[in-house]
Amino acid sequence: MAVAEQKNAQLAVTAPVSGGWSLKAREDALTRLNAAGLPGRRDEYWKYTRPDALTQAQAPEGKFVSYEETPVFSEVDRLKIVFVDGVFDADQSDDLSLEGVTIERLAGVADKDIHWAQGLYGVLEANGQTPVSRPLATANTVAATDGILLNVTGKVSKPVSMIYLYESNNSDAMLHHVVKLAEDTEITILENGPAAARFNTVMEVDVGDRASFHHMRTQGRQHVRHAVTHMFARLGEESQFRSFTMTVNGTLTRNEAVIEINGDNTLAHIAGVVAGDGATDQGFHHDDTIFITHDAVNGESRQVFKKVLRNGATGVFQGKILVKADAQKTDGYQISQGLLLDDDSNFLAKPELEIYADDVICSHGSTCGAIDDAALFYLRSRGVPLAEAQDLLVLAFLAEAIDEVADEAIRDLLTVRLESWLARRRA
Amino acid sequence: MLEIKNLHAELEDDGKKILKGVDLTLEAGKVHAIMGPNGSGKSTLSYVLSGRAGYEVTEGTAQLDGADILDMEAEERAAAGLFLAFQYPVEIPGVGNMTFLRTAVNSQRKARGEDEMSAADFLKVVRAKAKTLKIDADMLKRPVNVGFSGGEKKRNEILQMAMLEPKMCILDETDSGLDVDAMKLVSEGVNALRDEGRSFLVITHYQRLLDHIKPDVVHIMAEGRIIKTGGPELALEVENNGYADLLAEYA
Repeated sequence: MAVAEQKNAQLAVTAPVSGGWSLKAREDALTRLNAAGLPGRRDEYWKYTRPDALTQAQAPEGKFVSYEETPVFSEVDRLKIVFVDGVFDADQSDDLSLEGVTIERLAGVADKDIHWAQGLYGVLEANGQTPVSRPLATANTVAATDGILLNVTGKVSKPVSMIYLYESNNSDAMLHHVVKLAEDTEITILENGPAAARFNTVMEVDVGDRASFHHMRTQGRQHVRHAVTHMFARLGEESQFRSFTMTVNGTLTRNEAVIEINGDNTLAHIAGVVAGDGATDQGFHHDDTIFITHDAVNGESRQVFKKVLRNGATGVFQGKILVKADAQKTDGYQISQGLLLDDDSNFLAKPELEIYADDVICSHGSTCGAIDDAALFYLRSRGVPLAEAQDLLVLAFLAEAIDEVADEAIRDLLTVRLESWLARRRA
Repeated sequence: MLEIKNLHAELEDDGKKILKGVDLTLEAGKVHAIMGPNGSGKSTLSYVLSGRAGYEVTEGTAQLDGADILDMEAEERAAAGLFLAFQYPVEIPGVGNMTFLRTAVNSQRKARGEDEMSAADFLKVVRAKAKTLKIDADMLKRPVNVGFSGGEKKRNEILQMAMLEPKMCILDETDSGLDVDAMKLVSEGVNALRDEGRSFLVITHYQRLLDHIKPDVVHIMAEGRIIKTGGPELALEVENNGYADLLAEYA
């Protein structure tokens, strides 16, 4: 048993004594973590987000509130996997069997000598540590208590839905999922729920040639919670990766995605919608940190992130497109926009392009502004009351990102949630 | 219908006085035109009446059927039956034209204590009205005014007017940016809405629009006031002689 040595002796993670097939990966991760150290404010990629709540030994206390609301994906035909405060709940979960995919729990197979996930667990996470280190993901590899291992061997007929319930104000959850898509396979993964007072997750996704990975996630609606999520993806030839996240509320949320395009003619789309109100409880801070590497020919990547912020809420976007010298014909697009509903809110953006190939199309844009007065007057002059007109324009602003969700029914579900968020805040 | 008395307004920013005592009475069912040189305050009058921010009314009143509209929010004026067809209709990316129209119609109905229009009824009505204005399904689906040509934007204004059925319509240079055919189409749209209970205030630079939308009364505006009022022949006089004579007469 070893402990990560930290300057301030904060978050201390330990690898389990008997980890079976994952033990080696966990021990290696601990070595890496000790070398890298936990993030601090001086780190370039933590300039806009204070890591303290995520790196301190104890999870900051939560404040669970019960909402009378149907969970977001309830109407979707899906296979449910429920975690309560980061602990798997068999009673609330469906039977873990579905055609086209083998579903196992990380904790359930920990003692096996060998497992298909051995070549992936902590491997994609480790690959994602250069050029920017992500120690909180490494800590997760060391100490994750559970997670889901999905071995996708066909076209999976319905979404696998991970539901993270949050009950205890002292919960501190660490889950690590591994998803392996064989060639020509397809899966949709849904995630929703606030998870825990503090939540650290890693999802490693290996997308085989011509396979399609779809991911939709909502993070809400509890206010007092802290989360850091990581997604590490490696994409094979002619594969597709689509991920969408909607976040409402949350003291601190940092969503990191590290996507490596390894095969030719591949597509990677990642999008996010954020609605944050700083006036509630302990404020609102949301950070999207995205790193897409093109290392193959004719890849298309797209990052679309929109944040609406009010009452001193803070939104952060750090997005990078790295195009390696051999990644010709890359088409990279990135847009990040903040809509500030008052003078107290902040949107901090750091778009980065690093291009070594000479035959590429890459564009990026970042804007930050208020509601357009001309549009607002136009709507009001047609009889739409001020509050409704504002909401309409906020939704219009978010629409480009919501449109990244291909499934119309889910798009509507998400829009309804945003409408409710807005309606709750009407003066 | 509309009664404007001694209306004075200035820019909030720098206190520049734009309207300096406008008097105008518009009876129900009538079409009045306002002509005047650039900078005379025509567009400002339309903005002040419709409630756009940035102007301060320092004196005078404006009543719509006896109700003082200057005390109302823009949306209340709309619900009271006032409609401004914009000189430059605003593009709203992300808001579908249909959603926009339905929200507007139902907001006004709600404000007046009427039942909201069902989606099916609304669709039927909007399709019929759009057809007469040669607005196709695609234009209804697209975001409000985004990528519309000048003519399409103005037709879309008239469609909104037709859907909202206001009693007092102000047309602010609706002819600007229109070719001859588009002007005809727009004018036909307006004429179709002429009704005993509905009045129009048509602001224009050119007599040509008034060939299509025939006014009952023509006002000449200059330096923030109505300086002359007459019949349709006044518009012809302006067309032939310009404003110089009228201005000289006024001075």
